[in-house]
Amino acid sequence: MVSGASDLGPRGKLQRLWREMRHNKMKYLMVAPFMTAFFLFVFLPVFSSILLSLTNFNMLQMPQFIGAQNYINLLLHDAIFLIAIRNTLLIAFITGPLSYLLCFILAWLINELKRPLRVFLTVVFYAPSISGNAFLIWRLIFSSDLYGYANSTLVNWGFIQEPLLWLQDPKYIIWIVILVQIWLSLGVSFLSFIAGLQNVDRTLYEAGAIDGVRNRWQELWHITLPSMKPQLLFGAVIQITASFSVGDVSMQLAGFPSVSYAGRTVITHLMDYGTIRFEMGYASSIATLLFLTMIFANLVIQKLIRRVGQ
Amino acid sequence: MAVKKHRSKRLNRSLGGDLVLFFFLALFGLFSAWPLIFIVNNAFKPLNEILLFPPRLLVRNPTLNNYRDLISLMSNSWVPFSRYVFNTLYITLLGTVGSVFISSLAAFPLAKFRFPGSTIMSKMIVYSLMFSAAVTGIPSYLVISRLGLLDSYGAILLPTFGTTLGLYLMQNFIVQIPDALIESAKMDGASDLKIYWTIVMPLARPAWLTLVILQFQALWGATGGTYIYSEKLKPLSYALSQIVEGGVARTGVAAAVSLFMLIVPLTVFVISQSNVIETMATSGIKE
Repeated sequence: MVSGASDLGPRGKLQRLWREMRHNKMKYLMVAPFMTAFFLFVFLPVFSSILLSLTNFNMLQMPQFIGAQNYINLLLHDAIFLIAIRNTLLIAFITGPLSYLLCFILAWLINELKRPLRVFLTVVFYAPSISGNAFLIWRLIFSSDLYGYANSTLVNWGFIQEPLLWLQDPKYIIWIVILVQIWLSLGVSFLSFIAGLQNVDRTLYEAGAIDGVRNRWQELWHITLPSMKPQLLFGAVIQITASFSVGDVSMQLAGFPSVSYAGRTVITHLMDYGTIRFEMGYASSIATLLFLTMIFANLVIQKLIRRVGQ
Repeated sequence: MAVKKHRSKRLNRSLGGDLVLFFFLALFGLFSAWPLIFIVNNAFKPLNEILLFPPRLLVRNPTLNNYRDLISLMSNSWVPFSRYVFNTLYITLLGTVGSVFISSLAAFPLAKFRFPGSTIMSKMIVYSLMFSAAVTGIPSYLVISRLGLLDSYGAILLPTFGTTLGLYLMQNFIVQIPDALIESAKMDGASDLKIYWTIVMPLARPAWLTLVILQFQALWGATGGTYIYSEKLKPLSYALSQIVEGGVARTGVAAAVSLFMLIVPLTVFVISQSNVIETMATSGIKE
């Protein structure tokens, strides 16, 4: 047997690792069912996306290696993809920060209310995000004839003379998608913020008041925000991920494909190539780019949020 | 970690600030609630009120006609309607219970012990929160079809078991269970599995209730999409969405369906919201 830790060769290290793993046998068994599912349905898809993005693959024949050709076509020869990128970035840059701020501000305001009202408002704000297909009600609201709620109200008030084609006019489509996306966005991060606020140490506020914190804004910046940094980071991850993956809302409201591709996002572009044209290699390159963008955006924002209150 | 029920009057408040902030709260409250009020009212409007011009938000003569129509449409569906109900119950129940069990079983060792590979597994889980399932939809389809899971309940159930958000929340909640409790059980000779079942699970009740809600919401709305094509395996949400597609004459029925699909997960949330909030307190990403 090995006597001291200092003179372990590579063999000894392996042996020690093996012993440690056997010692923890039960823990591996406990983790195994989840990790198997994780490996099959999260890790493997990401990994194979990256590999397939370098091939030409139509699901019938074997994938054929073509190097970076998919990426070259995507970025240089696919005009519709550029529209998709522009729309996705526009949606992400508006709904991401806005929904994040809303989640926080509303949680912050609710936190000062008495309990029954606080619970009621929590439910009202959270309800849209769990409502499944209920966002289809917006199709009725923005219906293009006078029966649409938006049109009839605007005509009644004299802002417009005749109904607008909200979901057919490229001018409006993207803004309606953004509006509905914001309506849907008070989800898990909103709940996380509410919880974070309720657990800020109350004595910090009293100490702050003595130390010269004069108004609620100073209190927010110097006490509240730094105390709930972990929740702020978690919320950012959730909101960023959601704001880059808008697809279903656009397809359901604006149609698929939408008029002049006005509602085209990277996700709907991906759906087009993956589920309609079966160009899996090409679809995988779209997925890989989006995947990298999401991870990159998350890491950058994490860096920024860590500076809050400093 | 109990949520405080009584809050003392806060310092540093001005009337002007209060007014501005509560005006904002009311405004956004209306924006959030208005479409929901619309859904509730439409579900009880007779057809002549739904197609009224100019459209009115509130119902004048509430009726249950839309629900009666819905039930009669259900009774002449392709497969007996009870089959869709069974499919949804089966998927939701098995998926939720299975997922809570599998996630909590993995969350405990990852939260409380260090063993070869544990750090990298936890890291991978945090990273996986940073992209959505929509990105991996196509290769997931390939994996599911390779495993021979297409057109079976497994196509919905098994991927649910690998959901990372639930595991992440459980893991963060379990971390704050005092180590002393676990150590002393260990001294008494309890195995990891026994500690999991007798100590961790009872204490982590808010966390797994949260997981129940998140998975319930996801599975309740799952339509099976491209994975399930046999009519007899389709869930309720699919069948209802087909009824809705019937055109203008079905507008009332569609509203009834929307309300039904919304009210079930919402009720579950209202009942258990205090547990959810308690769990979310530990949801943060540590530095």
